[in-house]
Formats: sequence, structure tokens, C-alpha cells
Amino acid sequence: MDDKLHIDQHISQTFNKELEELRSKVLSMGGLVERQCQSALKALVDGDAGLAEVVATSDHEVNQLEVEINALCMEILARRQPAASDLRLILSVIRMISDLERIGDEAEKIGRLALQLADSHQKQSFYTEPGHLGESVLAMLHGALDAFARLDVHAAIGIAARDPQIDGEFESLTRLMLTHIMEEPHRVKSMLRVNWCARSLERIGDHAVNICEEVVFLVKGSDVRHLSLEEIQKRFLPARL
Amino acid sequence: MNSHATTVDEMLTRSREAVAGGDKQQVEIGDQAEISGYQTVGIPFVENAKMSARNVDVYYDQKQAITDVSLDIGANEVIAMIGPSGCGKSTFLRTLNRMNDIIPICKVTGDITLDGEDIYRGDQDTVLLRARVGMVFQKPNPFPKSIYENVAYGPRIHGLAHNKAELDEIVEKSLRRASLFDEVKDQLDKPGTGLSGGQQQRLCIARAIAVSPEVILMDEPCSALDPIATARIEELIDELKEKYTIAIVTHSMQQAARVSQRTAYFHLGKLIEVGDTKEIFTMPAHELTENYITGRFG
Repeated sequence: MDDKLHIDQHISQTFNKELEELRSKVLSMGGLVERQCQSALKALVDGDAGLAEVVATSDHEVNQLEVEINALCMEILARRQPAASDLRLILSVIRMISDLERIGDEAEKIGRLALQLADSHQKQSFYTEPGHLGESVLAMLHGALDAFARLDVHAAIGIAARDPQIDGEFESLTRLMLTHIMEEPHRVKSMLRVNWCARSLERIGDHAVNICEEVVFLVKGSDVRHLSLEEIQKRFLPARL
Repeated sequence: MNSHATTVDEMLTRSREAVAGGDKQQVEIGDQAEISGYQTVGIPFVENAKMSARNVDVYYDQKQAITDVSLDIGANEVIAMIGPSGCGKSTFLRTLNRMNDIIPICKVTGDITLDGEDIYRGDQDTVLLRARVGMVFQKPNPFPKSIYENVAYGPRIHGLAHNKAELDEIVEKSLRRASLFDEVKDQLDKPGTGLSGGQQQRLCIARAIAVSPEVILMDEPCSALDPIATARIEELIDELKEKYTIAIVTHSMQQAARVSQRTAYFHLGKLIEVGDTKEIFTMPAHELTENYITGRFG
């Protein structure tokens, strides 16, 4: 980020420090949320009640960071009246942390469901069904945060382009769970819980796409939140021969 | 000459003082300015140009203060000129009503037109030009006369009123348009210099408006004012643009962002970038512009 945003180049050293603090807080919030998601997925597929409980009860750290970062953004807006790239950084951070917080909520939900699943039965084979979807979503989230840290528009658009695949995978998974339900109707409750976990994972993918869109906004200054993927690619990725 | 008469000479002397006061930086900038080809980023031209500058160079003696600046001032727009001290923004502003003529060592080349007519042509009457292109300075500089006389002076010498009633009307209209009338209507015979700084500046704006100018140039009109007075002037600028074209030089980037529709960024005598104000302050195209408006090392 330092390379392109030059947040350490202000005449005011205090402003440099504030932006550096903001940047590092956002990155640590991203890291925290990512770990929450990893743990949630692991708790689900391993049927690990202990881990599930940890995930289900530690969302407050993410919430706390959201509140802190929000306050910092407000302070910078009020005291510095940032312009141009500084202003875009603040705006994208405000929107990004709300996505991160909601990813945290989804991880918490998965944690609660995983806890219920782990408590109610012996580990069932169908707990592992969302495993592949989960890995893909985690990779997207990691890539999105990485693209933000490196201000990499190319990477961001590449990651956003994976979303249709995630949606497709979620639909197949739902169909699969329906098949399982028809085969073993007495397990319908657990199977629905697994499907809700998959739904949460799919939502995390959507939030990762939002983060990618913020990277494009931050670097290019264009709001691409309501453009189609094709349109975004056409505008910001030079045609490759 | 009786003590109440204000001569053109006196007016010029006051203007000269005002120009000289704010001019120390400009004379030094030639040291750094280099003569080289460059391209202004953005589109400096508009469809409904009120004034047009083309390839303007300004020299103070041997030193070049402005290099190859081409820029349109659009009708009924507020255009802000920003840039670090010594960037040439004030020098450029003063070329627009030939205020630089007062400085003997100053030489202007290139074309500057008002409604398509060259304002540097030999038979241009500069007094008439400055009535059409008025100016408001950094420090409020009312004449040492009554509030009424400050505003009435211009219309009187330009013969804009045929009798006392007409003159009264012009004075009241101008003071109203400058949002000052209600505050001073009961003391029109009191000296203008007795008003507060913000009121004095509005009086100077009323004085500029009184001769029905088409363009008003403002050279840091709020830098000596408190935030409340500043807000009133900015509100006034917003109202004035319905009727006039306004070019404003300001050191306050927030002010430029608030009052203007287009912004021009000057650096070392060159027009680096010009564009819609909202673009300049959210996504400037040139690195120098970005560095300046975000307070980075240039």
C-alpha cells in the first residue's frame, strides 16, 4: 500500500501516523476475520465442538475493531478534511469494515450451527460437504484482503470474477443436501443446518467481492459496485492478446 | 481638488499598493521556472467562454512568472485557481484585467480576450476594461469615504446614473446584492473603514458590482476574514455567479472545493491541471495536483 498511496508522504507527520494506524487496524481486522472464517469451517467439517464454541463467542473482537476504525475515520474526516486518494481511502475503509464485520457475523453463525451439529450427533459424513465451497470462499477472502493490501486492481477483478462459480457451487450443494434429506428424512434438521452454513459461506464470498470493488474504487476512483463483471473487466483490464 | 474627491490617480495608487503588497513571492519565482514544453492535464477550454487566455507568458524583467498558460473562463461559472505560493495564480488573475500594467517591469505575451476581443490591443481603455472585469483584493480596501460614496464612486465616474435617485438605486441594489444593505442601511454616511473586516470585504464586492461588471476577479478574498465572514462571502459568491463570471484565487483548498465549479492547479508558473472541481478533489489526474491537495511533499 505504501508504494502506491504514499500515505507516509504528507507534510504532517501526525497525519501520516493516523493513516498508518488506520491501515494497520484494517489489515489486522481483515486477518482476524479471516482466522474466524477458517476456524468456523474447520469446526464444521471436523465436528469440533470446542472450536465451534470459540468461533461462536469471539465475534466481539471484530465488532470492537469495527467501532474503533469507524471512530478513527470520523476523526480523520473531521480534523483533516482529506481529499483525493486520502478521501478515497477513508471512504473505502468505512465500507470495507462493514463488509468485514458482516463476514465476522457469518463466521459466528457457522460457529453456532457447527456447535449445534457437533452437540446433537456423532460426526456425520455430510458435515464435510461444504468443505470445498468453504476453501474456495476462504481463498477469495484471502485474495481480496491481499489485493487491498497491495492495491492490486488486476488481482481484485480476478477474484471478483470467481463469484459466479461460488454461486454455482452453492446451488449444487443445496441440491445435494435435498437428495440427502430425501434419503434420510430423519436427519432433515442437521442437513438444513449444514445448508445454512453453506449459505453463510456463499454470503462471505459476496462480501469478498465487495472488498474487491472497494480496491477498484480506491485505486481507480470509480464506483463499480453496480456494474456487471464484464463491464468492470472491459473498463479496467486492458485487453490481453 | 476638494477633500471628498477621489481621483483616478488615487484609486490607482490604492490598487498599486494592494498589488505590491501581495506580490513579493511572484518576483522570485522565475528562479525555478524553466522554459520547456508541457501539456496541461484536463480540458482548459469551455464552450461558452467569457474570457480566453491563449499561450500566455508573463515576465517580471528577465524572470518568467507564467509559462504558456491557456485557459478559458466560462460564462457564469466560478473557477478557482489554486497552487503553492509563487505558482503564478495571482499573476495570471491580474493579467485578466491588466492589473499587471501597474508594474513597469511586467511583460505579458500571448492572447487574452473578453467576449472574443483582445484586451491587450492598443486602443483598449483599461479603465473601461476594469469596469467590465472588476477585482476584489485579499485585504478589504474601502476608500476612506462613506459607505455610500464607496459604492457610488464607480457608477458616478462611469456616468451610469443620471440623477441622485438613480444613483441611490444603484447603491442600494449593489449593497443588497452584496448582502450588506440590511446591516448598513442606517449608516450609509458613516466611513466604510469603520465596518468589520467581513463587512468591509462585502462593501468592496458591492463597489465592484456597482459598475455592472461582467467578470469579477477575487484574489484571496477571505484570507483576512473569520470563518463566519468567510461563509457569508462564499454564500455571496454562489449567488453572484447567476449574474457574473467569477475567477477566484485562494490558498484554502476547502474554499476552492466549496465555491467553484472548475479548478485550475498552478505550479511554478505552469497550468498543471484543470477540470471539474469534484474530479480534481476526488480523483486528480496529475501527481503534482494530488500532492498539493492532499498535503504531501511535492
